[in-house]
Amino acid sequence: MLEIKNLHASVDGKEILRGINLTVNAGEVHAIMGPNGAGKSTLSNVLAGRDGYEITQGEVIYKDENLLDLEAEERAQRGVFLAFQYPVEIPGVSNIYLLKAALNAVRKHQGLDELDAIDFLTLVRSKLELVKMDEEFLHRGVNEGFSGGEKKRNEILQMALLEPSLAILDETDSGLDIDALRTVSEGVNALRSDDRSIVMITHYQRLLDYIVPDFVHVLSDGQIVKSGDKELAKELEKTGYSWVNEDA
Amino acid sequence: MAEEQQQIDDVLESDYQAGFVTDIEAESLPPGLSEETVREISRIKGEPEFLLEWRLQAFRHWLTLETPEWAHVNYPEIDYQDISYYSAPKKKTDGPKSLDEVDPELLRTYEKLGVPLDERARLAGVAVDAVFDSVSVANTFQDKLAEEGILFMPFSKAVHEHPELVKKYLGSVVSYKDNFYAALNSAVFSDGSFVYIPKGTRCPMELSTYFRINAANTGQFERTLIIADDDAYVSYLEGCTAPMRDENQLHAAVVELVAHDRAEIKYSTVQNWYPGDENGVGGIFNFVTKRAACRGESSKVSWTQVETGSAITWKYPSVILQGDNSVGEFYSVAVTNNMQQADTGTKMVHLGKNTSSTIISKGISAGRSQNAYRGLVRVGPNAENARNYTECDSLLMGDQCGAHTFPYIEVKNPTAQVEHEASTSKISEDQLFYCKQRGLDVEDAVSMIVNGFCKQVMRQLPMEFAVEAQNLLGLSLEGSVG
Repeated sequence: MLEIKNLHASVDGKEILRGINLTVNAGEVHAIMGPNGAGKSTLSNVLAGRDGYEITQGEVIYKDENLLDLEAEERAQRGVFLAFQYPVEIPGVSNIYLLKAALNAVRKHQGLDELDAIDFLTLVRSKLELVKMDEEFLHRGVNEGFSGGEKKRNEILQMALLEPSLAILDETDSGLDIDALRTVSEGVNALRSDDRSIVMITHYQRLLDYIVPDFVHVLSDGQIVKSGDKELAKELEKTGYSWVNEDA
Repeated sequence: MAEEQQQIDDVLESDYQAGFVTDIEAESLPPGLSEETVREISRIKGEPEFLLEWRLQAFRHWLTLETPEWAHVNYPEIDYQDISYYSAPKKKTDGPKSLDEVDPELLRTYEKLGVPLDERARLAGVAVDAVFDSVSVANTFQDKLAEEGILFMPFSKAVHEHPELVKKYLGSVVSYKDNFYAALNSAVFSDGSFVYIPKGTRCPMELSTYFRINAANTGQFERTLIIADDDAYVSYLEGCTAPMRDENQLHAAVVELVAHDRAEIKYSTVQNWYPGDENGVGGIFNFVTKRAACRGESSKVSWTQVETGSAITWKYPSVILQGDNSVGEFYSVAVTNNMQQADTGTKMVHLGKNTSSTIISKGISAGRSQNAYRGLVRVGPNAENARNYTECDSLLMGDQCGAHTFPYIEVKNPTAQVEHEASTSKISEDQLFYCKQRGLDVEDAVSMIVNGFCKQVMRQLPMEFAVEAQNLLGLSLEGSVG
């Protein structure tokens, strides 16, 4: 599904990613953990195609294509989804309008017809239940005046609707109380499947109690310094990140 | 088919009878403006004496005026002696014979706007047989209106058929003394629209210049007069949503609306004249005086405008709230890109008791353009309990454009309540990336964000206008980001 080889990336001439290697197969859930400033958000932004990052070395292969050659929207249309750490507000644009435009952009790429209003509404209603959102959400401005929990649930709603092949969850647990965390996690778990890969980026082990990963990687100073299974996360929880830097 | 042919023949015939004799039809007056020019225009149009007199008064007054310079716009001095003040509608044979002869760039624009093919042909001025459908629509439309006693016709026709109405209302809202361009227009206006809705009549359909034969050739000095008598209602759509290529540099129209007791007029404009190229060469100077009088009690006038075209837009659709309990509304979206300049807004003049007004202005600036909101809210000494709510929001795209707000508030009655809110924001990289990450390309993302910003105004537009206006917003800002 995804193969990252020796990826180096800089922002304003400062190297943030310093040789990332990671292989994610279909159906796997990988957690990427690390202290602040390790490069976690840079990694998710680079994979999603955000401007402002210079790739100095390495490559990223996604479904036999060089991902880095594609524009952000082309990646999205091919099934790369980023659940944002800070979902942005778009005043006046109703949530349902964005959802429909997004779904139709993906469908168009797949050579499918656009969904009409009724089919779309039926589909989106079925997804709302997954994240326990009221239909009223659909008619509010995109993330406009949403609470932190509502914003994150809205991200998972979009993921459920777009059915990506590769979902990158950037600090999805940040700013969530325990109930919201549970709802969001249940939503993500329901979306686990054999043909979908998930990369979770998180600072805390807490999220991994709810979404149990197949692999855990520790990112420090722009490199993956340790990989293991879910036990690694528990170890980190006990010892913190300081040993990581010492080891490295 | 025989019936269709008959209808085509009728149309062709009626076209030739429509106020112009054949030898004049191809004629233009030579450039220049003098009392003689004014007399000549009036003579060609066979106008009654009162109108010629009025034109001459306007012209003499215009001579005493100086070009106004207070607006936040820059443009080269206009040589008023270098303009031709009368140009008869083009003959059908002058236009392109088929769509193949029309500028492909223009056709591409129509296509993007979703204008149907036969309509594209009509807008581009292709000969009448290609556009038979819209012509026949125009006829059935006229019959239906006549049944209701509604008058909807070219201004020049109204002058002949209903001189008493023209005499009573012409200049009653916008006097020829009002301003430089109003005086000029009064002296030399060539044609425009005339609408009269009788007492107690609700106009059963949206009236639009679109449906009026010859509208595409209306001159640069149009004059529109709309009267809604007691308890009447009308919704009027001005302009076409597709761009009009116009060689004329100056467009100085006057629009007057009169609403009597409990009458309501809704006036919507989507203006998309040629804005000039990206370096500011060419384009229309759109200097327009639009004003409504809410003369009767509980009358209401609502202006909605989406302004995306013209090199310079300079206009302030206003409402004089004379009748007690009358209501004025102004909803505006002004988009400027490249080197465009807009200085637009409104005047709400509260004279009657319990009058209220709402102003929602959305300015979007991109490229190196300048976009100014200028609005006056005046509350007279007798306007007990007047209320106004004003909201001006500006959206900036890029760092070389400008947004300016000039609110003027004059309150002479202590019971008035006047609120003003203003904001300025930018389309953020975050918003764009968010949309792109959901699979939208940059153009669609910008269009979506801008339409969201303008939602309060867009939802005031009649349905058939709204979709094209939305597309137009995206199109006007094409290439302004990324």
